[in-house]
Amino acid sequence: MATTELIETRPRPQVVTHTVPRKRRAWIEWVTTTDHKKIGILYMYLTFAFFIIGGVEALLMRIQLGAPDNTFVTPQRYNELFTLHGTTMIFLFVIPVMAGFANYVLPLMIGARDMAFPRINAWSFWMLLFGGLVLYASLFFNAPQAGWTSYPPLSSIQYSKDGGIDAWIIALHLIGLASILGGINFIATIHNMRAPGMGWSRLPLFGWAMLVYSYLIVIATPALAAALLMLLTDRHYGTHFFIPTVPGSGIREGSALLWQHAFWFYSHPAVYIMVLPAFGIVSEVLPVFSRKPIFGYKAIAASTVAIAFLGMLVWAHHMFATPIATVVLVFFMISSMMIAVPTGIKLINWIATLWQGTIEFTVPLMFCCGLIGTFVIGGISGVILAMFPVDWVLNDTYFVVAHIHYVLFGGSVFGVFAGLYYWFPKMSGRMMSQRLGRWSFWTILIGFNVTFLVQHSLGLSGMPRRVYEYPANAGWTTYNQISTVGSFILAFGILLTFINVVRSLRTGRVAGPDPWKGNTLEWFTSSPPPPNNFDAIPRVRSVEPMKDIRRAIERDSASVGSAGATAQETVPA
Amino acid sequence: MRRSARPQRRSPLHRARSPVAARHAGAATLLALAALALAAPAAGARAFLPEPGASPNETHTNTLYTVALIIGFVVFLAVEGGLIVALVRFRARKGRVAAQIHGNRRLELTWTVGAIVLVTFLTVLVFIQLGSIKNPPASGPGGLALADDAEFATLNQPAAPGGNALTIHINGQQYIWRYDYPNGAFAFETMVVPVNTTVVLNIEASDVAHQWWIPKLGAAVDAIPGYTNHSWFKIARAGMYYGQCALLCGQGHANMVAHVCAVPVAQYQTWVDTQKAAITQSNKDVTDERALEVKDGGDASQPPSAAQLQLQLAEPVGPSYVPPECNETTAP
Repeated sequence: MATTELIETRPRPQVVTHTVPRKRRAWIEWVTTTDHKKIGILYMYLTFAFFIIGGVEALLMRIQLGAPDNTFVTPQRYNELFTLHGTTMIFLFVIPVMAGFANYVLPLMIGARDMAFPRINAWSFWMLLFGGLVLYASLFFNAPQAGWTSYPPLSSIQYSKDGGIDAWIIALHLIGLASILGGINFIATIHNMRAPGMGWSRLPLFGWAMLVYSYLIVIATPALAAALLMLLTDRHYGTHFFIPTVPGSGIREGSALLWQHAFWFYSHPAVYIMVLPAFGIVSEVLPVFSRKPIFGYKAIAASTVAIAFLGMLVWAHHMFATPIATVVLVFFMISSMMIAVPTGIKLINWIATLWQGTIEFTVPLMFCCGLIGTFVIGGISGVILAMFPVDWVLNDTYFVVAHIHYVLFGGSVFGVFAGLYYWFPKMSGRMMSQRLGRWSFWTILIGFNVTFLVQHSLGLSGMPRRVYEYPANAGWTTYNQISTVGSFILAFGILLTFINVVRSLRTGRVAGPDPWKGNTLEWFTSSPPPPNNFDAIPRVRSVEPMKDIRRAIERDSASVGSAGATAQETVPA
Repeated sequence: MRRSARPQRRSPLHRARSPVAARHAGAATLLALAALALAAPAAGARAFLPEPGASPNETHTNTLYTVALIIGFVVFLAVEGGLIVALVRFRARKGRVAAQIHGNRRLELTWTVGAIVLVTFLTVLVFIQLGSIKNPPASGPGGLALADDAEFATLNQPAAPGGNALTIHINGQQYIWRYDYPNGAFAFETMVVPVNTTVVLNIEASDVAHQWWIPKLGAAVDAIPGYTNHSWFKIARAGMYYGQCALLCGQGHANMVAHVCAVPVAQYQTWVDTQKAAITQSNKDVTDERALEVKDGGDASQPPSAAQLQLQLAEPVGPSYVPPECNETTAP
């Protein structure tokens, strides 16, 4: 029969159990699990919890800035708020939530039964949790307040005497370790565990994005770890890597700029670590809902690699205002400008994917289109900031704050929400409410733009970032009030999605294995998938294996006619 | 291939979808927002342009920014336009079948080259403008006649032609700016400068990193301990120019303000002489007071007390000691 050739397996090492596993209590099961799906779910819960915390911090800051000369929080609290907000959103939400999605769907997508190293996978999740706990435990003592960049000498022991910076250092070490371990795991998984027939040109684009994400993490994160260790020894063990003068001796020893180089050598690639998986989600979702193959698969995959390569070479564009030679500035301007090219290719290819399709306006698709529409603003302001003489007048202003939020919210977080709505049926077995989802999308889109568009204007009219107050005569009051109102609209939109999740988990319609008519293999198995993911792994013949499978079933049922009902049994229904 | 054979079964989410009207409402909102962005250029454009500069380097930077903004706006319209047209024209309808296109090499090459051309153009533009932004010019005809041989930054910022510039050393400290003038005078917070004169700035910090920034007077410059950074400005119109520290420097960061007061050359000369005399007098007062203390049995080897330092630093030359022109609170 024709269908049997579709579902082939090749011999692969199997995990052999010597004993029948004991039935354990649910919480022990969750704490000790090495199943990539359960770990993925743990990641989702943890990172979204941090998203809520970081969001509340943002709202508190917006309340403080909602009126000139406000005294809602003290300067110290305000500095703590933006330090925690930045650290939380970057290290505890956007980077790990991508790992969470990938943990759940990547092995399914490439037809694997688990990650390459299931125990390391669990280890990296728990390291992330402990890192987050260390950071937030500092609230009971002294929270860090030198910004998420923690530039020395402000972060040195002389100017930050309490332990907040130390908590920040240790937290980032743990989170960084989690990140590196996760990255190695993804690399090993993608390289070795793809389904039979899935060559590199048939790897789903989310897989490409996660592969590049992982390589970036493995290359860049150790630089941050080294810098953190140097900062720690500067603070407590008498070294002076970053301390410009040895107190009393007058000898210049360390360099405060060295930290900035080391920090941005990680933290600029981190921007791509955060945004490339979101791009990968878009590249998965758009073809499904426009019912059309992705436009220029190779160009999108290649642009992912190109962005990562260039992304390693642009770190000093965060340092245009520091005393460095002009030739260096020129180099980093050109490399930063060049990133606009592969990024632009992605954007246009996505629109070309929609073009001539039959677009179904589902919530995941709407979030992807929201990403395209808002990220382009962040991309344009990025090119403007890459021109270093322009950056000289805009760096450290609200223009940069607006830019980073257009990139990280307009890019990454819209992608995260698209992924959440897209894969929720696979993870929970239930559909999310499309109606509530649409409300959430429009509220988020409007709230986001109301919050951040005016921040460009604030920067242009001279408001520096990280100030806890501003005078009434500075002319910044109206823009700040608009921004504060917008932030609450945005928060309400996000709340709608959380309500949607909680409701849908209980009362959502049963999804079935393939509610969207997806293109990739995660839709081949049941929702949620069984512990072993697949009873049989199909041979992959294109970048859209599920389309092939559906087509073959149609062909068979057409040719065999009424006798071809057996086709139904080969695909788990 | 077998498109016609594909069953026209509606996927389950079709049922969850509300009537078509709701879907259109979304698209309509988006269109309305786009229209609003276009229809209010008068109000909108001002909000996305920098404030007019008061120094040539700022003016040139604003030109760069404005050109990039216009190009960016065209790109923005193209992308959003393409997106909205695609979403409206190609939404799923009964009987419509998606074209199964995998790509188009020529098209893809075209927009890749287009993107390269755009960023190359912007890069060239930066090179063209860079000199007039980075290099200080000579002082204007009505500027301060400089007797002293100003010292210049040689790394990256060339000297003004003929050494015709006033050099001021800026030192950032938690949470105040200190300015040192060539004649030995110094001031805090408000910098008094002559008009039509190129003022070269050597910027340092003595504790944590700060950033010197007066929005109307050109580049924001990091002040990093252990390094000397450079900038310059040349003001044509007398008046007050406001700014503040732009790099997080601690809990008082928001209050670390910086003002530049540009006054006619004669007034500047009077001010800087008065300031110098006041500092000399103040130093003498402190010395005298210490001498008195020693006479009363004090210890001359002790450093001056906090009260004495306060007297020395704050009283005659504190932030409030500025020419009357600079006390106006209205910005130029």
